[in-house]
Amino acid sequence: MDAILALVWTVIKITVIVLPLLLVVAYTTYAERKVIGFMQVRVGPNRVGYFGLLQPIADLVKLLNKEIIRPTMANKLLFLIAPVISVTTALVAWAVIPFDDYLVLANINAGLLYIFAITSLSAYGVLIAGWASNSKYALLGALRSAAQSISYEIAMGFALVGVMMAADSVNIREIVLAQSGGFFHWYWLPLLPLFMVFWISALAETNRAPFDVAEGESEIVAGFHVEYSGMTFGLFFLAEYMAMVLISVLCALLFWGGWLSPFQGVAHLDAFFAFVPGIVWLVLKSGFFLFAYLWFRATFPRYRYDQIMQLGWKVLIPITIVWIAVLAIAIQCQIRPWF
Amino acid sequence: MADLHNYTINFGPQHPAAHGVLRLILDMDGETIKSGDPHIGLLHRGTEKLAESKPYNHSIGYMDRLDYVSMMCNEHAYVKGIEKLLGVDVPERAQYIRVMFDEITRILNHLMWLGAHALDIGAMSVFLYCFREREDLLDCYEAVSGARMHAAYYRPGGVYRDLPDVMPQYEASRWHNDKQTAKRNENREGSLLDFIEDFCARFPGFVDEYETLLTDNRIWKQRTVDIGIVSPERAIELGFTGPMLRGSGVEWDLRKKQPYAVYDKLDFDIPIGVTGDCYDRYLVRVEELRQSCKLIKQCVDWLRANPGPVMSDNHKVAPPKREVMKEDMEAMIHHFKLFTEGYCVPEGETYSAIEHPKGEFGVYLVSDGSNKPYRLKVRASGFVHISALNEMISGHMLADVVTILSSQDIVFGEVDR
Repeated sequence: MDAILALVWTVIKITVIVLPLLLVVAYTTYAERKVIGFMQVRVGPNRVGYFGLLQPIADLVKLLNKEIIRPTMANKLLFLIAPVISVTTALVAWAVIPFDDYLVLANINAGLLYIFAITSLSAYGVLIAGWASNSKYALLGALRSAAQSISYEIAMGFALVGVMMAADSVNIREIVLAQSGGFFHWYWLPLLPLFMVFWISALAETNRAPFDVAEGESEIVAGFHVEYSGMTFGLFFLAEYMAMVLISVLCALLFWGGWLSPFQGVAHLDAFFAFVPGIVWLVLKSGFFLFAYLWFRATFPRYRYDQIMQLGWKVLIPITIVWIAVLAIAIQCQIRPWF
Repeated sequence: MADLHNYTINFGPQHPAAHGVLRLILDMDGETIKSGDPHIGLLHRGTEKLAESKPYNHSIGYMDRLDYVSMMCNEHAYVKGIEKLLGVDVPERAQYIRVMFDEITRILNHLMWLGAHALDIGAMSVFLYCFREREDLLDCYEAVSGARMHAAYYRPGGVYRDLPDVMPQYEASRWHNDKQTAKRNENREGSLLDFIEDFCARFPGFVDEYETLLTDNRIWKQRTVDIGIVSPERAIELGFTGPMLRGSGVEWDLRKKQPYAVYDKLDFDIPIGVTGDCYDRYLVRVEELRQSCKLIKQCVDWLRANPGPVMSDNHKVAPPKREVMKEDMEAMIHHFKLFTEGYCVPEGETYSAIEHPKGEFGVYLVSDGSNKPYRLKVRASGFVHISALNEMISGHMLADVVTILSSQDIVFGEVDR
């Protein structure tokens, strides 16, 4: 009986996380179109609903109604399983994300490692999609994406090692709590190079501009999902945006103090903002990172595939390695207030 | 030993970066291009043959449709050829109007190129900024000719009609209320010349804006510097013209070397590149935007000060005024003859070339003395440039194909004709 109750309770918790998440994803696409539209002196969607607010819903209905076309000679099983893998990995990672102190589905000890493992798996979705499509464009996209994921995972992993060293924990809640003490106690400052590396690798990991060579619209058209239509494409789309949101939340959790108030330690402001629940701070902080995604997309040209590799291996990885050494010394010397 | 083949990719004709309908068969080794084989002709409309069956003036509209992003420049070459065969004089004011619109066309073309080039490299916003300015210039096209693209404005003997005294204005609509409309109409209160002058004042600022996004951008430089290098000697051997040749560092511009219309009376510089890579071609074209703006400004000043006829008074070639036609029998006959059989061009042949935004655009006309050309040959610079594509892309990567192709400023209307 207890087991069943626990199960039901977990399912309810999952629903409470997933439904708002889907809503956030839907409105991230809307925000993307509006924000980039604003940056590009146009208006963005403004026909469906007030200010185009129902546009994501309309898009969803359209995608659901479209035929799923399977190319001849494509491997049916793998072709259909690839988007499922993508979306699953993007969803499963949310299990260990704490939205506030104790507001988490599974507070496991190896939270950060779990996330790292799960996000790495998402490369399979892309790889399988590219291979199963039986299209040269898709295959090229998949190969690019695979190489890119592997290289940037190393840089990202090293950046995370720094965070783990600083917090002396792999549990995300403890990492956030280790940053308490106000704006200058967050890890963005002592781990600044790692923060930048993590942020850049996160862009690359999610295949977003300027690292979107796996999609490479002007070269390989849509890359790995060129043959997908209807909801199979929709799932890739969903997975991409969920990964974006996830990475933004992670940036906020690991480097910007998660749900902690930025006014901690500031005499009056701290008390004044005490009523704000932690989740609001988290949403605001991750909102900034999400906005940055859109901002970059509107600003930068796309890297070439080999240049991305160069950036990853010759710039980002050496930076992380050097900073981990610096960090080790800093921790040994117990530099306050961080270590 | 296994039988290994390189991977071939069919790039286009349905491809977002194929600039229309290029079909490119790429022979690849991984991501590296071994060779590329452009297949052209998917936009062939038989312009040259069509021109043989029509009176001379009917083909002006076809010229617009050759390179459909620099319409009036194409017309200029064709009309200039006919004038040369006929020996008709063109009033000076018409020459200035032509130069002004040639330069407006150059800006239109280069903006289109810049936007598409940036979009191909992934910088999406520049495309929309460029199109914002194109909008104003297309309004100028519309104001003089009634058409936003296929103007048919240049005619043998001058231009179709004089510049309008009023600039068309926006009207309020569901989407723009009166206040917004008034703001949009601010620079449209005066004549077309006022509007163009205002544009010239604003435009250098816009070019700065594009340059802020691109010129010193590290990613932009990584993507364009040392990509698709063509040495000056090789550029000449390949028959390059226009920014492609100047990007390689050869100082060659028909506006300076064989001045036509009134270019010899105007002050402008021609920018040249150093290394002949995509980045130099980009810099050359951006500088040409500024120079064209300068030229337009000079034309506007001259046109303000010097009113006069814009069409030859030789009514064997140019139609008489409509009100004269109502009263004068001779004018009536001229009008009737012109609009039924056109005019007969003396026997002979000519080659008339202009500095088109993309390079040298030439029209070779052979006349057998009838009212239709015996042969019309169009020399399109894009055709020459794309012939060199294989040489330029070999050894580069797939993403560079897109960069090089768009740095050539290819438009298939003129390549396929």
